[in-house]
Amino acid sequence: MSDRNLTFVRSEMLPAREPPTNQFGIVKLLREKLFNNWLSALLTVASLIVLVWIAGSLSPWLFNSVWSANSLSECRQILGGAEGACLAVIRDRWTQLLFGFYPPAQYWRPVLAFVLMLVAMAPILFPPVPRRLLWFSAVFPGLAYWLIWGGTLWLPVSAYAGLAVGGVVLRLTTRLGSGVAVGLAFAGALAWGFLASGLVTTVIEQLLPLSLPAVTSREMGGFLLSIVIGVTGISLSLPLGIVLALGRRSTMPLVKTVSVVFIEFIRGVPLITLLFTASLLLNYFLPPGTNFDLILRVIIMVTLFATAYMAEVIRGGLAALPRGQYEAAEALGLDYWKAQRLVIMPQALKISIPGIVNSFIGLFKDTTLVVFIGLLDPIALSNSIRATTDWQGIYWELFIFIGGLFFIFCFSMSRYSMHLERRLKTDHR
Amino acid sequence: MANAITFSNREPHRAFRLSMLLNDSRYRSYTIQIFVLMCLMLGIAWLVDNTVRNLALLGKDFSFSFLWSTAGYDINQRLINYDTQMTHGRAALVGLLNTVVLAVLSCALATIIGVAAGVLRLSGNPIVARLMTVYVEVFRNIPLLLWILVFGAIMSEAVPAPNAFKGENATASMIFGAVAITNRGVFVPEPLFTRDLGTLNLGIIQPSLSVVAIVVVVILCWLVHRGLVRHAERVQSQTGVRPVTWWKTITVLSGPPLLLLWALGFHLGYPELRGFNFQGGLQLRNALIAMWLGLGIYTGAFIAENVRAGILAISKGQSEAAHALGLRRGKTMRLVILPQALRVIVPPLISQYLNITKNTSLGLAVGYMDLRSTLGGITINQTGRELEGMLLLMLIYLSLSLTISGSMNAYNARVGLKER
Repeated sequence: MSDRNLTFVRSEMLPAREPPTNQFGIVKLLREKLFNNWLSALLTVASLIVLVWIAGSLSPWLFNSVWSANSLSECRQILGGAEGACLAVIRDRWTQLLFGFYPPAQYWRPVLAFVLMLVAMAPILFPPVPRRLLWFSAVFPGLAYWLIWGGTLWLPVSAYAGLAVGGVVLRLTTRLGSGVAVGLAFAGALAWGFLASGLVTTVIEQLLPLSLPAVTSREMGGFLLSIVIGVTGISLSLPLGIVLALGRRSTMPLVKTVSVVFIEFIRGVPLITLLFTASLLLNYFLPPGTNFDLILRVIIMVTLFATAYMAEVIRGGLAALPRGQYEAAEALGLDYWKAQRLVIMPQALKISIPGIVNSFIGLFKDTTLVVFIGLLDPIALSNSIRATTDWQGIYWELFIFIGGLFFIFCFSMSRYSMHLERRLKTDHR
Repeated sequence: MANAITFSNREPHRAFRLSMLLNDSRYRSYTIQIFVLMCLMLGIAWLVDNTVRNLALLGKDFSFSFLWSTAGYDINQRLINYDTQMTHGRAALVGLLNTVVLAVLSCALATIIGVAAGVLRLSGNPIVARLMTVYVEVFRNIPLLLWILVFGAIMSEAVPAPNAFKGENATASMIFGAVAITNRGVFVPEPLFTRDLGTLNLGIIQPSLSVVAIVVVVILCWLVHRGLVRHAERVQSQTGVRPVTWWKTITVLSGPPLLLLWALGFHLGYPELRGFNFQGGLQLRNALIAMWLGLGIYTGAFIAENVRAGILAISKGQSEAAHALGLRRGKTMRLVILPQALRVIVPPLISQYLNITKNTSLGLAVGYMDLRSTLGGITINQTGRELEGMLLLMLIYLSLSLTISGSMNAYNARVGLKER
């Protein structure tokens, strides 16, 4: 008996049949996800009601928006009693919300600084960008300072010269032991700053004047101010936080105590009291007659604040690292700093990425608190716009603009941190 | 040949040389610490010297006597007796109580919203989960100060004025005839006692004796209930049969308090529209409402993330094991999942409470009279005592924070995994 004679065996496949109607598509979604029990059904209905309510109350307001008017009353006239957003205020005042009272002829300077900042961040944030660009990242802070505040270019150049002096001293004295070398390099840089820098700057400026019109800190405001304070605070708080976290885990009781007291004090008081200290009390703590820029004071305070939080985040990462890593590094004969740099920190920082980025986002949002000490951040400017006769009584449009910009910055930071976590993931579990 | 290598566990003793202070790891830490100590002392001496010289230049002294001088300003929300003739110290106390009340209210709201949003974000229902994701992302990525201002603007611009509740064709109406939301504040019913016990005079504060009596009775009832449960557990562990306790618990927990409320003649005083504003009831000012909603909903987004992380941290094997042991869903949740999830959730939760407490200092933005606005604001401006005022302010916030984080450490020590 051969198979050929069996007539009931099919020689070709049947076409696939459609699954039952309740097993795919919208019906399945409805049955299994949206209305699978009474609680879920209730929640679905409730969220649909919320969505419809939000869309229903927002969309006429947004679609009716007026983009060209010179005052709120003109806006209302155009709308003729209908509900509508008066986005003309954004069109009228967006430069102010972005730059504060920065001289309009000089707007190109902060814009250029912002673009250069993106260029400078690229090699740090994205590895495909050539490493050689890192030298630009190092040069950028001085360049940005010169672009935004103006004055002579030779001032930041001289500051970099101080760093170079420190570097040379470090290279020359490194045989004396790392601690001594670092101390001497520091002293060398300070000596340059105090003794030579001023003279050199004036002399070169006279020989080769390269300066932009100076802009005072009082004229800066808006998102320019937020970004200046935020970016400076972020880039300073990470290295300082690492040092402080190491200090807190140190075996030297004095260093540990100092770090703990500093961290717990800063974390225990609201940022706003520290900002008030910067604006009201710093004059008490400095030698009589000294007075320096309010923005600089705020940056110092915000940095100290963020540093304490950063130290705690990094301490968490250090604590999460298995002890074997420390022991293995010691067994390889690495000294403390080499072990930290090559073995411990790369892993600890990777563990603490979410915390670090959260702390960055928090810092950037906290820059709005400077409104309380009279700096013109976007919120202060929205208050001052509302105080003018033209735009008295306008709230939501300004809030939406400011909130939207903050959302874009913070949301992209959190997305980048997720991307970074995925990129650095090395475990294959 | 095996004996050719000898080990010595004692280091060769060498004479002490000065360079060992830097090069020998046994002595280097002392060098570093002495160096740090010297820098620290110098820094502190420099700061103190500057402060003393600055104070002398300004002709000021360092004293806290301003706390006992007349404040002369009004505080619109007060939980204890206060008028303009009382002292700055009293004003600071009123502000501190306002801070604490706002913090407690906001913590409660944030916890409720956060737990709900965190659980719903994990639900299989895609619409609800997406909606919660949008809530969390929108609130987390926009500054708190902006949210407080938004809620402040809603309370002052978008809600009806009291006269909208008036007349035949009123455009607004009270919720359940008891709560009126107006642009002059939210009016809610207040508890009243027809046979009030008067107040207890404690010097600084005069709490209402009726409230004190109710609190004491509730605590006593709770203790009795705890005793009942403990007894039931003892009986169960000895005999294997758990005595029925539910009706005893209900009686003990609700009986005496209700009896006391009846004896005190407890009733609610409803707000009523008289003239241009509501009278009677409890007026919650707009500043309080805006701060409460702002802090609560903003921090709720962070708590939602903590709750979600906590629940995700419990591996599926735990619930499967509990099911295998024959525990039902409710018991699985209560006895297996929650105790483990709470261990992950509670520490960040308490650190969010800490953030709420510190963020109450933003009350200035909507004119909430908290500690920062009284002691750290008007008092400092009036007396010119920035140094003393800020020091006191920081110390108070610091002790609040340390109390909260101390409770967190105690909790961690209690529930933390006991490892080898």
